[in-house]
Amino acid sequence: MSITAAMVERPPPRARGWPRSRVIGYAMVGFWILFGLGIVSYLIFAWNADFFAKYAPAYLKGLQTTLLLVCISMVLGAILSVPVAYGRMSANRFLSGLAYCYVYFFRGTPLLVQTYLVYYGLGSFRAELGALGTYLPVVSDWFQIAPHVSVPAGVTIEWFTLWDFFKDAFNCGVFAFALNTAAYQAEILRGAIESVPRGQWEGAASLGLHKLQTLRKIILPQALIVALRPYGNELILMVKASAIVAIITVYDLMGQAKLAFANSFDIQAYIWVALVYLVMVEILRHGVEWIERRITIHLKR
Amino acid sequence: MRIALRIALAASAALLTLGVAQAQETLRIGTEGAYPPFNNLTSDGQLVGFDIDIAKALCDEIKVKCTFVAQDWDGIIPALQAGKFDAIVASMSITPERLEKVDFTHKYYNTPSAIAVPKDSTLKGVTKEDLAGKTIGVATTTTHFNYASKTYTDSTIKGYPSSPEEQADLANGRLDAIEDDIVVLQQFLDSADGACCKILGQPSPQPVEIFGPGAGIAVRKGETDLVNKLNSAIDAIRANGKYKEINDKYFKFDVFGAES
Repeated sequence: MSITAAMVERPPPRARGWPRSRVIGYAMVGFWILFGLGIVSYLIFAWNADFFAKYAPAYLKGLQTTLLLVCISMVLGAILSVPVAYGRMSANRFLSGLAYCYVYFFRGTPLLVQTYLVYYGLGSFRAELGALGTYLPVVSDWFQIAPHVSVPAGVTIEWFTLWDFFKDAFNCGVFAFALNTAAYQAEILRGAIESVPRGQWEGAASLGLHKLQTLRKIILPQALIVALRPYGNELILMVKASAIVAIITVYDLMGQAKLAFANSFDIQAYIWVALVYLVMVEILRHGVEWIERRITIHLKR
Repeated sequence: MRIALRIALAASAALLTLGVAQAQETLRIGTEGAYPPFNNLTSDGQLVGFDIDIAKALCDEIKVKCTFVAQDWDGIIPALQAGKFDAIVASMSITPERLEKVDFTHKYYNTPSAIAVPKDSTLKGVTKEDLAGKTIGVATTTTHFNYASKTYTDSTIKGYPSSPEEQADLANGRLDAIEDDIVVLQQFLDSADGACCKILGQPSPQPVEIFGPGAGIAVRKGETDLVNKLNSAIDAIRANGKYKEINDKYFKFDVFGAES
């Protein structure tokens, strides 16, 4: 039995000569290398110091907006994903149905459509949104206790409506993105928790731990290892998808690139922005890999 | 070997079709389709408008077959350069920046820029001071956008992909004002959605360095032959009444502007 298993596991011998698949493989790799060299040589050839000096500050500002948008949406999405994941795993038919519909809608429709629905769709309910509101405390006065350090000194209560929130394009972007990523994150969370064998729950129960303790001390530490990769992917997808907000008038990285292109008609504007996204994604990818190496040390043999 | 043969066959077939297409003398025309009444996509996907009718008249004049391609405004010049079509008839103003990338015919119309605001707006005028601190919506990559960002430096300028989006945001109250071509604004104000708003005025002066001499037809750099043909066709339809016929179908006044 063990002999046959060993035979099955052995990789097939390397093919000799130049079989068709190898020729095609080399041709493909060669093509991509040429393509990459082409872009690099174009950028060197088209290098325009003026362009860089003129638009680099705008790109940096756009990058800031993009990072802020992604960070806020990811955190809000993570918070919102907990009740959704709970609903998905719930035995209660009503709760699980509701959570299923939520996930079904947000995963089944394009983020672009969702963003448009929030921005232009809610925009047409201005009167209704303007009628719904709440009183919120606003810091109206600051007291300086040291250079550059101030503490709130006076607070007034002001009336805020939903329209004050949805009037702003950035808020609309965050709202749509948070709702969208919450659906994906809920599925990641649910999948990870369900990947932990049932026996772990039973073992914990036999030791007298109640459900919340089991989840926190036994299930989640194992589930989050499984969830790390998908979370990383979701973050990377969000960074790339954030370019969508450029069309609802948010000047994020993509928005700034569009503006630079509008003023210069220079395709460099988009090549640079692609490179910035590429670098961001590479950093995130390596970050996730580093974290994974750290948290799986105990599983290494 | 067999693969090489197939590729060669496919290549020669492609060349053949290319040859046939050239023999028929088709002029592919790029336009936006989101700028009524000049060019617009109807709900069943047909391109209509002043630009389209003018382009068809010009094609008749130079005896070529016209096909139309709808292309987003942002990418319309790169698409021309990439050979997706041969000419842009999309109300494109002749500006110095664009002349660095493409060649233009003479203008085929020239209408001024204007500012529209909600009917209940307290704004009094359209100077920089009047609009200070306000939010102005403009479609990006347009002469109106260039003008607004250079002139209204104390206002917030929001850039939109095309005119309908900026109009929607004026109607729902996100914007204090929008700047666009006066004819485009009037078309919007005459529609049901435009009932909210009114034209406040025309910015003045409207420098020719920013707005250019009017809207022309853009072709790839160096295609002088096509430019000459189109120029004489524009003169011809102006002379033979075809231009007036199309003009009167859409407008109550002559949009050509001053004779140059």
